[in-house]
Amino acid sequence: MPAILPGVCQRRNNMNHYYSEDDTWDLEIKPQHSVFDLQLKEVWRYRDLMLLFVKRDFAAQYKQTILGPVWHLVQPLLTTAMFLLIFRNIADIPTDDIEPVLFYMSGIAIWNYFAGCLTNTSNTFVANAGIFGKVYFPRLILPLSVVVSNIARLGIQFGLLLFVMFYYALFKNTPIHIGFSWLLIPVLIVMMAGIGLGLGIIISSLTTKYRDFSVLITFGVQLMMYATPVAYPLSFLQNKSYAWIINLNPISSLVEGFRFAIFNKGHFAIADLTYSFVFMVVVLVVGSMIFSKVERTFMDTV
Amino acid sequence: MSKIVIKVENLSKQYRLGQVSTGTLAHDVNRWWHQIRGKEDPYLKVGEANDRTTTGTSEYVWALKDVGFELKQGEVLGIIGRNGAGKSTLLKILSRTTAPTTGSVKVKGRIASLLEVGTGFHPELSGRENIFLNGAILGMTKNEIKRKFDEIVDFAGVERYIETPVKRYSSGMYVRLAFAVAAHLEPEILIVDEVLAVGDAEFQKKCLGKMKDVSEKEGRTVLFVSHNIDAVSNLCTTGLYLKNGMLEYYGTVDDTIDRYIKGLAAGKSRSRTIAANELTAPRIIDYIVDNDSLLKGELKIRIEFASPFDLDEVNLGVVVKTMTGTPLFASNCKLDEPVMNEKNISRGFGEVSFKDVPVHTGTYIADIYLGDKSQDYDVANDALTFDLISYKNIINNYSKNTIGHTVADAVWKISKQA
Repeated sequence: MPAILPGVCQRRNNMNHYYSEDDTWDLEIKPQHSVFDLQLKEVWRYRDLMLLFVKRDFAAQYKQTILGPVWHLVQPLLTTAMFLLIFRNIADIPTDDIEPVLFYMSGIAIWNYFAGCLTNTSNTFVANAGIFGKVYFPRLILPLSVVVSNIARLGIQFGLLLFVMFYYALFKNTPIHIGFSWLLIPVLIVMMAGIGLGLGIIISSLTTKYRDFSVLITFGVQLMMYATPVAYPLSFLQNKSYAWIINLNPISSLVEGFRFAIFNKGHFAIADLTYSFVFMVVVLVVGSMIFSKVERTFMDTV
Repeated sequence: MSKIVIKVENLSKQYRLGQVSTGTLAHDVNRWWHQIRGKEDPYLKVGEANDRTTTGTSEYVWALKDVGFELKQGEVLGIIGRNGAGKSTLLKILSRTTAPTTGSVKVKGRIASLLEVGTGFHPELSGRENIFLNGAILGMTKNEIKRKFDEIVDFAGVERYIETPVKRYSSGMYVRLAFAVAAHLEPEILIVDEVLAVGDAEFQKKCLGKMKDVSEKEGRTVLFVSHNIDAVSNLCTTGLYLKNGMLEYYGTVDDTIDRYIKGLAAGKSRSRTIAANELTAPRIIDYIVDNDSLLKGELKIRIEFASPFDLDEVNLGVVVKTMTGTPLFASNCKLDEPVMNEKNISRGFGEVSFKDVPVHTGTYIADIYLGDKSQDYDVANDALTFDLISYKNIINNYSKNTIGHTVADAVWKISKQA
């Protein structure tokens, strides 16, 4: 007696797998897509990867160093010492009645965060062309991972700042101000991150075609620091003819605001902060437009 | 009929040749101006087929032009073609590392691409850290990787070194670890470029076996690009032959390989008649295979050659290969002393005959060589493609992948245990 014909079995099995032609596709690869398509859903699906990139940046940076993560402390400490020497002792610029060490240290911490976000996101495409050319994942993951890993760095420097503040409170009788203004800090950091990310992805997108921008960014960030009240207070510039440059800089109000939040001293105005906020929204919108356009074909031009 | 998981329609990709930045700004502005007025991109109209060997007139080139096909679940597609035929461009578009110029690809399920092993490996990180990083880059979640971690380490065979930075690994270990991660991906669709060209023979075999498992047992769809025709014919069910960026043939893998090889041979067919005074070096002028002998299992090839000077001792050679390019046997005038051998000739014929060719019935290819006692002057690769009827009949239709190409005369004895 013949067994069940294999062919019959086969056909029945396959019936279950049969789908009609017009059912939905999970993915469609097309030449054009909508301008604001940042695929945030995809970004969320790849969140593990983002955290691994953060971890990689951290772990890899200090492999085979003796001091390891301590370097995160050495750099701001030495910069603070340098600022003390040049801006305080030589140039004799006032610090808004804030203890100079704390003044410089707070400015450096928040500025370093912005500079880190900007410079590291701005080479996203060129530095990772090797990976991008071989495998797909939402490209936005990399600039986002930069912003996150810089937050960790900021955390370390902020911890150092708090430590020094306690030291001054205990031994030098400099009171620590704690108030509702501290709630402003996360807002300011998010805005810093927003502006850094926005400008960074614009520059990284342009760099895929014109490398000039990567040259520009390295000294551009350095110059920009002097146009930001990091080493001097905003109040020092009142009545100066070039004060408008500093006011035009959207980072100025954030750095000032950061000091105001911690020390309750210095210049702070909602209007300035609103200006920075609008600026952040604009760069983020423009940045994501350019980024989503470039990420699809940059492998051909990079 | 099972469900279609990939549908490619009119897929094209245009590249601009030459330096990237010169003049692009002007073209960019022109493009933008056309776009604003709602007109189509003026540079899409120009462009020519992607043929490496001819000098084109346009600086725009179609690396891929109007390619369309459908793949069903569980199919293994082998993509073949010569260098620059557009294979890699097709894979790049499918794996979304670059966008097409026109056309679309529709996909059901997750795609993972393996265009390279060890993408994103960081030399400073340990094997363990790199497994997680590489796995995530390839699209796995942290939990998936954790679940398969032991399996991956086992497959790669690097238990001892798992906490060592990968920069201290031998290159073999590095590749094994990288492939192990990739092999444990669980996408519905897997895209594989010639990554198997690495590692030792044993590991290559392991990889090929793993890929076979993935498609046969787990019902995944695989797209595979390779120059190794043997691997393609072993692994794939369907074939796609690209030529100059265009789809030349799409069908079963055997038919596709057949077309590809015949295309290669046709591209090189030369029956040139050159006047003796135009010759600058000794050349093979013509060759022919005797079709009547082929039916009796005999291979007879007649070669015509010419030289600008007298060759004191002509050496002709024939190498017979399988369809996939593996050499089977060969002969030349040094290996087999000619029965008649005239000296000092500048133009002449050679004839070789192989009686009872020790191969099974099938299609074979021959390379032809011309030289003298010290050097080779001319080679005609894949010169002849011919069908040979073996002197030894195979009653059953055994696949040559199982029983091999060569015929062996064997004597069997079966006896009963006393």
